[in-house]
Amino acid sequence: MTVSNTSDSEAMPVADTAIVGLSPSRLALARFRRDKVAVIAFFVVCFFVFIAIFAPVLTSVFNLSPYALDRQALNDYGNPIGYFGGISWNHPLGVEPGTGRDILGRLMYGARVSLLIGFIGTIVTTGVGLVLGMVSGLRRGLLDSVITRVADLTLAFPSLLLIIALNRPLTQRLESIGVPKGNFARMTYIILVLTVFGWVYMARLIRGQVLSLREREFVEAARSFGASNTHIVFKELLPNLWAQVIVFATLSLPGYVAVEASLSFLGIGLMAPAASWGTMLGDSVRYYRADPTYLLIPGVTLMILVMAFNLMGDGLRDAVDPKSDRQQL
Amino acid sequence: MLIFIARRLLFALALLFAVSAFTYVIFAALPSDPAALTCGKNCRPEVIATNRVRLGYDKPIVVQYGQFLNGIFKGRSYGVSEGVHCPAPSLGYSFRKHQCVTDLITRSLPVTASVALGAFVLWMLIGVGLGTMAALKRGRWPDRLATGFSVVGISLPTFFVGLLAIMVFVIWTGLLPFPRYEGITSNPAKWFMSLILPWFTLAIVSASSYVRLTRNGILEVMNEEFVRLGLAKGLRRRTLIIKYVMRAALLPIVTIAGLDFAALLGGAVITESVFNLPGMGKLSIMAVNDSDLPILVATTLVAAVFIVIANAFVDILYGFLDPRVRLN
Repeated sequence: MTVSNTSDSEAMPVADTAIVGLSPSRLALARFRRDKVAVIAFFVVCFFVFIAIFAPVLTSVFNLSPYALDRQALNDYGNPIGYFGGISWNHPLGVEPGTGRDILGRLMYGARVSLLIGFIGTIVTTGVGLVLGMVSGLRRGLLDSVITRVADLTLAFPSLLLIIALNRPLTQRLESIGVPKGNFARMTYIILVLTVFGWVYMARLIRGQVLSLREREFVEAARSFGASNTHIVFKELLPNLWAQVIVFATLSLPGYVAVEASLSFLGIGLMAPAASWGTMLGDSVRYYRADPTYLLIPGVTLMILVMAFNLMGDGLRDAVDPKSDRQQL
Repeated sequence: MLIFIARRLLFALALLFAVSAFTYVIFAALPSDPAALTCGKNCRPEVIATNRVRLGYDKPIVVQYGQFLNGIFKGRSYGVSEGVHCPAPSLGYSFRKHQCVTDLITRSLPVTASVALGAFVLWMLIGVGLGTMAALKRGRWPDRLATGFSVVGISLPTFFVGLLAIMVFVIWTGLLPFPRYEGITSNPAKWFMSLILPWFTLAIVSASSYVRLTRNGILEVMNEEFVRLGLAKGLRRRTLIIKYVMRAALLPIVTIAGLDFAALLGGAVITESVFNLPGMGKLSIMAVNDSDLPILVATTLVAAVFIVIANAFVDILYGFLDPRVRLN
């Protein structure tokens, strides 16, 4: 990746003028700021998050209800009237074929679902992976081998196949144990399976790190002073792990957004009239011969968001890991 | 070395056993009544009851699993009175399709294998080629182009690329017919034509990460001291890169590629549904829609077998190439 425009030699003067040494996080921030691509990507992400949060306000201000059916915008065959999927002043990105719902409005609401699944999925998988990885690395012994074997087993399963196959029975199970029916249960299912199949990568990374960190002098020193396990975990190990955790999480988030879209394409996900970008894409497949715009708009939007997250993650990684600069430039 | 191989194979065997047990239990335990899924919506209770006995769902789950394993090695008869016999290796009987699951799989596997093999060759060529070019012309326009391709490719969902490809090459320009799969033995030309788009779709998406892996791998190796030594003793740059750098850099990539390829053999679910190819992925999707449990157990298991075998193979290969691995 040539996203990084910074090098150690450029970052150094910052440290020189402020003779009081900068903390690693401030240094990383300075490096990240210098990385133009990453900064732009960061603002793109912020833009999407803003839209997702204020979707109800924005849609009502601009009169772009995602649920209102506009029969006027469709011809007798249910296809949008006008060029490019019925783009007009009333519907800046056109309307959905068959129903006449506004696409821009649906995109805004869809951003909420896609980002929500992305964020919750990332937080839960990262959390579970972090805890299991640390336990595995610190405890070793029986617990470690159990966790490692379970990880091996998880990786041996074809995850996508199982996610599709278990969708119906597991969603029903979830509903029968009291998860609210409908889209809530569907979203819970997606996050659940993302966690079940996703924790392994994080756990392996953290376990490896903990195994090497625990033998380092500063941990040994803390131990020799009689530091408790809690102290070692929170004061000695975690501060050394957070950078990798954040980078890993940032880079896995776009993956979850894309997985959600792929699952919706295969028919697993929210039910209409609720919208996610994935369901819009999945729905557009039925019309893409007559109305290619309907496929392109959510597809390109999804691509921009995923790309922004990836570029931001790359920038973050370069920023927190000064070593990566050498080979990047 | 022999001990290492034996231990690795034993581990793979244990893993396979665990995977098969888990798969069976998951699919038998999750639906409230697996037997009720064997026939359609207007199903009479008697039919469900007979199917329950025929499939063995009336027995405890351990016995069911035992019968399933037995079927794999010895073949198995399904049903009480008329009875259908599926010879070994029997992976079950689909009451929806009234066929032995093994037959369904042997018919789907060549399709998936065709898709996977072609895509694999393409993506390795594109990925490693572009990645090498990017590393050698670091910072200049070929590098920009290759990394740009990789960033965009990684961000594109497979199905979107596939649909775009159909839109551009089939609908707008008409360069290719809509892919309709044809067996390689019956009509090689049509087979090839029908697979061009799926191959490129999968290849573009997968190649993106290989561009990145190759580029970073080569750049990392270029920093090693033996490269400087080679330059110092006057080796030609070309020889140095091809004989020494590529060799060291490509090793980890080949192993990752092996795993990716194996995962693909279990069913390119998304590509197969976009292009309507009757492979393992499509078989699974249809089985999900029909709630056809025996097929799902079998496809999951077959896919898992590929993954486990590839893992063992890659580990053993690594053991040959890098003696340090054997000690672990």
